Amino acid sequence: MVDITPGPVDAVPPAEVPEVELYHPHSWWTKYVFSQDAKVIAIQYSGTAMAIGLVALVLSWLMRLQLGFPGTFDFITPEAYYQFITMHGMIMVIYLLTALFLGGFGNYLIPLMVGARDMVFPYVNMLSYWIYLLAVLVLVASFFAPGGPTGAGWTLYPPQAILSGTPGGQDWGIILMLVSLILFIIGFTMGGLNYVVTVLQGRTRGMTLMRLPLTVWGIFTATVMALLAFPALFVACVMMLFDRVLGTSFFMPALVEMGEQLSYGGGSPILFQHLFWFFGHPEVYIVALPAFGIVSDLISTHARKNIFGYRMMVWAIVAIGALSFVVWAHHMYVSGMHPYFGFFFATTTLIIAIPTAIKVYNWVLTLWRGDIHLTIPMLFALAFIVTFVNGGLTGLFLGNVVVDVPLSDTMFVVAHFHMVMGVAPILVIFGAIYHWYPKITGRMLNEVMGQFHFWVTFVGAYAIFFPMHYVGLVGVPRRYPEIGDTAFIPDSVHDLNAFITIAALIVGFAQMVFLFNLFWSLKFGREAGGNPWRATTLEWQTSETPPAHGNFGKELPVVYRWAYDYNVPGANEDFLAQNDPGAAKAAQPA
Amino acid sequence: MAIALVLVLVVVGSIAFHVLSPWWWTPIASNWSYIDHTLIITFWITGAVFAAVVLFMAYCVWRFRHREGNKAHYEPVNKRLEGWLTVVTAIGVAAMLVPGLFVWHRFITVPADATEVEVIAQQWQWNFRLPGTDGRLGTSDNRLVSFENPLGINPDDPNGQDDIVVEAADLHLPVDKPVKMLLRSIDVLHDFYVPEFRAKMDMIPGSVTYFWLTPTRTGTFEVLCAELCGTGHNFMRGFVMVDSEEDYAVWLGEQQTFAQLTEALQTSRADSDALGTTTAQGDAEN
Repeated sequence: MVDITPGPVDAVPPAEVPEVELYHPHSWWTKYVFSQDAKVIAIQYSGTAMAIGLVALVLSWLMRLQLGFPGTFDFITPEAYYQFITMHGMIMVIYLLTALFLGGFGNYLIPLMVGARDMVFPYVNMLSYWIYLLAVLVLVASFFAPGGPTGAGWTLYPPQAILSGTPGGQDWGIILMLVSLILFIIGFTMGGLNYVVTVLQGRTRGMTLMRLPLTVWGIFTATVMALLAFPALFVACVMMLFDRVLGTSFFMPALVEMGEQLSYGGGSPILFQHLFWFFGHPEVYIVALPAFGIVSDLISTHARKNIFGYRMMVWAIVAIGALSFVVWAHHMYVSGMHPYFGFFFATTTLIIAIPTAIKVYNWVLTLWRGDIHLTIPMLFALAFIVTFVNGGLTGLFLGNVVVDVPLSDTMFVVAHFHMVMGVAPILVIFGAIYHWYPKITGRMLNEVMGQFHFWVTFVGAYAIFFPMHYVGLVGVPRRYPEIGDTAFIPDSVHDLNAFITIAALIVGFAQMVFLFNLFWSLKFGREAGGNPWRATTLEWQTSETPPAHGNFGKELPVVYRWAYDYNVPGANEDFLAQNDPGAAKAAQPA
Repeated sequence: MAIALVLVLVVVGSIAFHVLSPWWWTPIASNWSYIDHTLIITFWITGAVFAAVVLFMAYCVWRFRHREGNKAHYEPVNKRLEGWLTVVTAIGVAAMLVPGLFVWHRFITVPADATEVEVIAQQWQWNFRLPGTDGRLGTSDNRLVSFENPLGINPDDPNGQDDIVVEAADLHLPVDKPVKMLLRSIDVLHDFYVPEFRAKMDMIPGSVTYFWLTPTRTGTFEVLCAELCGTGHNFMRGFVMVDSEEDYAVWLGEQQTFAQLTEALQTSRADSDALGTTTAQGDAEN
């Protein structure tokens, strides 16, 4: 056997910083509204993200109604359609997924899992949420502004994003979008610095980096990436705002709009694309890495087995994080950039498949010879692997430059990224909510509703996005409100589109059941106790459930082992908590 | 055990859908069947991996499901296995990447005998320009775009005078002759996309992008815009007719050059100016 959990168990290094006194709230307002407790902030982040996510869900229904039954709904004009897809995409990627994984799960889990009383900078953490909320409100305001929200596509490519041929281009839509993104990035940076510093400086005694649960590794690495990637988007947004409002030409070449010479000149539209994707590709992994981490812990806990190849899992997360900064231009193979870039970016992109594949192997090898409890979190974890493998493999089509040429800008791309960074991470979010809800509320989520939610979501989402690849393979471009009569597209594609729409409506409905369950179980859910899943990580070892302000009792826990001591030979229980010193020597796979 | 069964059904269903469904690419009409082949290789490799991983999962879920008294095996790592899997994965990735890069090299290497055809996109129509008898296109600039000169062709460039201008009409190409499509936009991003050609490329205002192809069969093929260009994006259609040598020559003979069009416009403007003057006089008299 090789050394998995570094350092001998009885050598517990001291925590790196002495404990500091927490801010103690004095009123209801400072306890629940302007709270500095990471757990309250986490719930605020999650609630806001899910609320705006509901808007995105409704928008997806509207766009699917148009695609499935073109011409039936008079209010879905091409302008409205473009506004729906743009806002759907932007909300899902930034305001839901990024905010929920980092602001929601990050805030709740990092301090608890590393054994800290709170984030290192609680006041800045509170500000982070309120600026995020402001960003969301500005985004929502664009729905009510003259001209409505921007319809430039979530990629916001200039020149069209700020011209009159695009909804919101010459109205308030694009301005509010850019301002909202700028605010989001400011707010995120405040939270992100907190997550990173808390992981590096706030760990309790004995919690070495190589004993961190993979959830923390995933969120930590994603946050570091976000702190490095978002500035590129920030710069791009500021410059485009200047182009739109002040008439500068950062991204605007000389051009003629509807027969009229505009005063722009000398700018580069493709520069925006580089900046956008320098952020945009890491963003995929900013969403994926927390999901990778969380799902590792779900699988290990519910299969009652140590995660297979922990060290490799950590290095794969770090390698993917690093590599994702040198692959961005695979979104631009047909953008007209220098063709030699294709060789470089195709190679780096396909190399990323190797650490990603290792993660998949290690998940399924964790199942091998496990004691698999088919709980709802486990079901979601299994569904994640299916959809992630599917979506990851179609990435090998799109990453391989020449194969991308016929497929780019078609529905194949839409199907691919929804499977890999929509469905897959969201399945993990659901699994994680079913898993940690008992800790957050003290009650279990209802099992029957959970089963219904799982089956409809998994099978339904697969039925939406798997056939959609073939719509793209036929040649249907993305971002078309309707295909119209086109010789090379058989009529049967319209039937397939109608089928996909019906599946999308059903899957959307199942989410209402989930939301209802969240509220219903708050009152009527079965009492969970402190550690219903018999899990090893520190958040399950708190003296109170839900954990009080300060997380742990008088003494911070001391960590003696890694997070994956399940079914250790010779141990009495089928798990050993990270702060369990007992039978330690026998447990170590020295 | 429903989940193990569903996992198997996902694999079987996906493969059945792939094989049996009527939705597949439209028959190719260019030399880029290399791209189709690379795509097929990718389908095989990724399909095999997908089936293997999901079926293995289904087996594990069934075989190692929780039963009273079960204990999981404690095995934190197996470096040998991880090493093997990494190597096999790397080989699979290389098997897709190497042919991919080989074909990409062809894709970006324009043959010397390719004739140039310029596509000029605007919201929301396609225009085309072909070199005249000198075989060279004149220079162009968006700053020169005006009502009389909608494509921004430089009137002072002698190479441009005999250029053939096809405004908001169909493009014809001769079959089996390599062409280099030069792509230009006068307003926003567009993308010249003919599904049967497999190749596509964005057009960027202020730059000239390109790709090349050899049409391999005659016929009428629809041009779509594949880069979001505003509310008319999906109505931005056109046609490319791939003709036999003779048909192409006939079509070419019917087209007008830049010089002819400019002259015609100047004549008609002179006419309308004259008409305008008369009307103004008439107004003054009233």
